Amino acid sequence: MLRTIRSNIDDGKQLTREEALWLLTEAELLAVGKLADAIRRRLHPEGRVSFVVDRNVNYTNVCESGCKFCAFYRDEGAPDAYLLDNAVIFAKIAELVAQGGTQLLMQGGLHPALGIEFFEGLFRGIKQRFPQVQNHSLSPAEITHIAGISRLSIRETLTRLKSAGLDSIPGGGAEILVDSVRQEISPKKIGWQGWAAVMREAAQLGMPTTATMMFGSRERAEDIIEHLFRVRSLQAEGGTFTAFIPWTYQPGNTELGGTTASGVEYLKVLALSRIVLDNIVNVQASWVTQGAKMAQVALFFGANDLGGTMLEENVVAAAGCTFRISRNEMIELIRDAGFLPARRTTTYEILEQY
Amino acid sequence: MISLAAITEKVRHSGRISDDEALCLFQSNDLLSIGELAALVNERRNGRQVFFNVNRHINHTNICVNRCKFCAFSRTADEPGAYLLDLQEIENRASEAFHQGATEIHIVGGLHPDLPFEFYLEMLRTIKAVSPTLHIKAFTAVEIDYLSKVSGLSLAETLAELKGAGLGSLPGGGAEIFSEKIRAELCPEKISGEKWLAIMEQVHGAGIKSNATMLYGHLESFADRIDHMRRLRELQDRTGGFQVFIPLAFQPENTPLKLAKKGGTSGVDDLKTLAVARIYLDNFTNIKAYWVMLGEKIAQVALAFGVNDLDGTVVEEKIGHDAGAASPQTMSRDEIVTMIRKAGKTPVERDTLYNELRTY
Repeated sequence: MLRTIRSNIDDGKQLTREEALWLLTEAELLAVGKLADAIRRRLHPEGRVSFVVDRNVNYTNVCESGCKFCAFYRDEGAPDAYLLDNAVIFAKIAELVAQGGTQLLMQGGLHPALGIEFFEGLFRGIKQRFPQVQNHSLSPAEITHIAGISRLSIRETLTRLKSAGLDSIPGGGAEILVDSVRQEISPKKIGWQGWAAVMREAAQLGMPTTATMMFGSRERAEDIIEHLFRVRSLQAEGGTFTAFIPWTYQPGNTELGGTTASGVEYLKVLALSRIVLDNIVNVQASWVTQGAKMAQVALFFGANDLGGTMLEENVVAAAGCTFRISRNEMIELIRDAGFLPARRTTTYEILEQY
Repeated sequence: MISLAAITEKVRHSGRISDDEALCLFQSNDLLSIGELAALVNERRNGRQVFFNVNRHINHTNICVNRCKFCAFSRTADEPGAYLLDLQEIENRASEAFHQGATEIHIVGGLHPDLPFEFYLEMLRTIKAVSPTLHIKAFTAVEIDYLSKVSGLSLAETLAELKGAGLGSLPGGGAEIFSEKIRAELCPEKISGEKWLAIMEQVHGAGIKSNATMLYGHLESFADRIDHMRRLRELQDRTGGFQVFIPLAFQPENTPLKLAKKGGTSGVDDLKTLAVARIYLDNFTNIKAYWVMLGEKIAQVALAFGVNDLDGTVVEEKIGHDAGAASPQTMSRDEIVTMIRKAGKTPVERDTLYNELRTY
């Protein structure tokens, strides 16, 4: 089976679902790793591992979606519910810029009262003050929510946000792109096709996007496969996914509880992502959920990018998972693994090599 | 011509690798190929079995006459946090462990300036009285040497007394790195590497098995690590008394040793060191990943890199944690079994002497 898969990949043939499932559930970890590693080396022959200096600003934790796997959301009346003032947000971005940061990743809960005007105002304010910062913000769930509040189509919403300064859209809220799983872990959120619809529109408007996957909660192996194949199809249909980021569910302080996926499971899923998604150039290792040691090892299992240095991160931290990494640690980690560290933009242009 | 390919061929045919070949492996960036080679050696030797045991650590005292630079545990008697457990407390802990299913008590502690030899014998007898089935794995070669001085007896007599009081086997600590030059900087007051090995040779000669460790990720080079393993391999050829090799990742946070590189060993280094150990130490049946220092994620991944033994359900552990290790203090039997299964291996609970107790 492994030999067949290997020769199929070498011939540029697309993997079947059965083969992908076999790799995930039966194959040896290192064998899957080697397949993924070979693909990565072909795509990135210079041996570069990139990262971006960014900040995750969460403008509000007030959220109507109340996903069971989430420890970050709050009801509007909760004592620690908040909505940041624009001034506070601008100050955070100023700090980012002072440290040489280039990307803002701003996401928040689905707030019942924030319509498109709020975001237009905020984004215009950001673009005016920080024209050099890439505004890589929101997510399909937030965009759908804003469209609903302001009674606009997705296309109109995206067009207006883009005009106001939204440069690209992160792939959050994908979780698992299988509705039976979504029904279980986040019943109030948009279904997988709702997520796909936003990303299709964004692509048509020429906006770069990414895709993610949160695994290790309630999904089966088959669901992971389905998710990957759906992302692949979306990309093939004209998607603008610059990267794919798989990461593990963190059970702390959530309604869903349970355990987090093991290290072996993470590396296997990561490697499989690289193998299945032959039309997505960048695969990110999740140091946020795995820590620095595992993120470095992940560089041998298909990952070519370490994501953002995240001057600030609140969402995963709310679930009790609080890994942090500095720019220097990232550079050191990459070099120590035998790769060339490079700082990049949101759209993967190289800014600086170390 | 030394190359990864040549080394792979040699190992496939069960050849012993040289120091130069080990260096080639350490210097290579081909982590997965090295891992696969280690996995091959391990599978040949141990199949898909991964051992764990249910034990309890008792660190009877942190009062120590040595001040090894890599250690955050040692205290003088008047320092805050200095302690010495009394025999009642030791009995309580051993009893609790026994009732929770522990089959081993692991004892290591500081070199206390005032404790008489009788205390150590009493400690062993007290634990043995809790249950004769409890195996006592106690005292590093460093402590054994110290006890010989404290008792005024020869090493052989000291060992005989300890064995008589219930000592079952020796842990592998105190080895650190054998290189004289580095040891002089790291822990000048401690017995030398040569002495550690000589003591182990006598221990094995007295019919007592022991473990072996290596502290890495501080001042040492790859060559120093290989030198360390070579000396172990040579002794093992002579005595066969080492049960397991355990590379220990240096934890820098709270120790006096200031390194140019902060933050501890990298994941790649951890896995490579374990894999190279599996390949090089062809006369060691067991290679252990100590999850307390590596973290559970790396320890589990290490099962694909030649490791066949995980440290047991350590109910209470002090030494690694004083130095800043971030892993949880305990893992339950269920958690370890699940962890091993999710790595595609067969969990086997063992006793201290690596007899199989139960397959899961």
